[in-house]
Amino acid sequence: MSDKEEFSKETIDYLSKLALLDLTEEEKVKLSKQLRDIISYFKKLNDLDTSNVKPTTHAIEGLKNVFREDIPWKSLSNEDALKNAEHKKDGYFKAPRILKE
Amino acid sequence: MSSKYEDVIIGLEVHIQLTNLKTKLFCSCNNDYRGKEPNTHVCPICLGLPGSLPVVNKNAVEFATRLALALGCDINKSFWFFRKNYFYPDMAKNFQISQYNKAGGRAFADGGKITIKLNSKKKELQLNRIHLEEDPARLVHKGSIATSPYALVDYNRSGVTLIEIVSDPVMNSPEEAREYLKQLKSIVQYTEISDLDLDGSCRVDANISIKGHARSEVKNINSFKEVERALKWEIQRQKNLLKRGKELIQETRHWDDKRRVTIGLRTKEFEKDYRYFPEQDLVPIEITKDFIDQVKKKLPEMPNARAKRFQKDYQLSEFDSEILVLDKDIADFYENGVKSEKSFGPDEYKQYCNWLMGDISRWLNDNNNVIKETKLTPKQLVDLIKLINEGKITGKIAKTFVNEMMKGTPILEIVKKSGKSRIADKDKIIKVVKEVLEENPDIVNDYQKNPKALEALIGKCMKKTDGRLDPEITKRLMQKHITEISAKNSSED
Repeated sequence: MSDKEEFSKETIDYLSKLALLDLTEEEKVKLSKQLRDIISYFKKLNDLDTSNVKPTTHAIEGLKNVFREDIPWKSLSNEDALKNAEHKKDGYFKAPRILKE
Repeated sequence: MSSKYEDVIIGLEVHIQLTNLKTKLFCSCNNDYRGKEPNTHVCPICLGLPGSLPVVNKNAVEFATRLALALGCDINKSFWFFRKNYFYPDMAKNFQISQYNKAGGRAFADGGKITIKLNSKKKELQLNRIHLEEDPARLVHKGSIATSPYALVDYNRSGVTLIEIVSDPVMNSPEEAREYLKQLKSIVQYTEISDLDLDGSCRVDANISIKGHARSEVKNINSFKEVERALKWEIQRQKNLLKRGKELIQETRHWDDKRRVTIGLRTKEFEKDYRYFPEQDLVPIEITKDFIDQVKKKLPEMPNARAKRFQKDYQLSEFDSEILVLDKDIADFYENGVKSEKSFGPDEYKQYCNWLMGDISRWLNDNNNVIKETKLTPKQLVDLIKLINEGKITGKIAKTFVNEMMKGTPILEIVKKSGKSRIADKDKIIKVVKEVLEENPDIVNDYQKNPKALEALIGKCMKKTDGRLDPEITKRLMQKHITEISAKNSSED
């Protein structure tokens, strides 16, 4: 797959859908160029032989098993929990309808 | 197995809440959200507020280890959590912290099996894996999900620990799926990680296909009881389509438990859409052999082993033992009872089992109750069986005591209150027998042709005395008297 194909219009449409972004046509053109540049920059890594390198999964290596005890704390009050919510009703957060017509 | 299903393939993904934890998976909010005011068991972590950081509940790891051991899975020595990205109001962060067994990731444990028995044939059902993840929030719709103008979100459930148990596609009928879930429920109860009788504590997704055709995934089956029904419906739907010459498509369907049908969701979800990647806010987890050994030591005897021991210790049949151990509370009750009475032997062990699995279980079923919620004590059942065997009450009368026993009333008190002690006095019984013979000349006549009429006469005696007459003595005396009358009648002819 060539760089060009990787950021075809379809790919940009697909990515913007997954990210819930409404992009204008100009933005799509601009982003597809920027994303292509970023990817090709990262592709420089392909020049290195990493066949003997274990993949990094976490930025801080060596740290493991960070646990807490199973003891309840005091949760937020309903009032505090909803304080910054723009839409609320009867102690609930209010979200848009799930199924679109 | 009926041939109706031989080409059916079913795999189940079961989500179990760890209700016996005190706090959620990644924050210390109280786990016990049922019946609580909405959004009162929440904090910046389970609300997904910016800057909040999750920390793993140590006991969640131990609970998962318990279940993995009980199911015979291979626990992975090292794994890390992943983000599963999607937009939906039930996840405030726009991702669910879960595990992933691809892209270098591993499940909590792989493999394992559950043994079921159907029509007295054993079958081992292979598991694929189990993993930990967080429960999403609860959504409340005004009316149905399709027409509700908005969704109300209660994050109390958000972040509660779920264990997902994924089977291989190895079940061939809805009945096998039912038995699988029955055994799984039992094992979960024995490990004491969750109370699956709690509403919403388990949810099932089912993959169903007819051999050689595309599969559908049915989501939203919200109780074990619904699974068999949903599977039967979906299999029928697929077979009907094939019969009409249509081809099946791979799709996600939703189980509507009110209309009892599956509905196509018309959404195509692909795994890559979730853009799984390692959760950077949590560090990897390593499970040592030491830790596993410690958990193993604390693990109680599992149902399979217990059933084998019951056959040996109490000389119960394989059938009886396997049913008796299914519910841990019933099995514990049984052992407490039979062990407390030194005079009990194999006959009483069997009797005690029959009572528990018969009248007591029936009462629990009819009243939608579980044994630990009643006041019935193991000792009461011991006393009841002793009274029956000493001839102080009849088995038939004993059955009428069940309701009162469940309230915790001592047996002797029930006997006294009911005035229903057994009548074994010969003269008293003869009096009743004579009355019945006089009052029912038709049945007596009938007896000449039909010896079964004897039962009807004994029934009349029992009715007169509320079933208190000793059945053996009554039968003997009735036979004696009716023969005498018959002889007299024929000599007069």
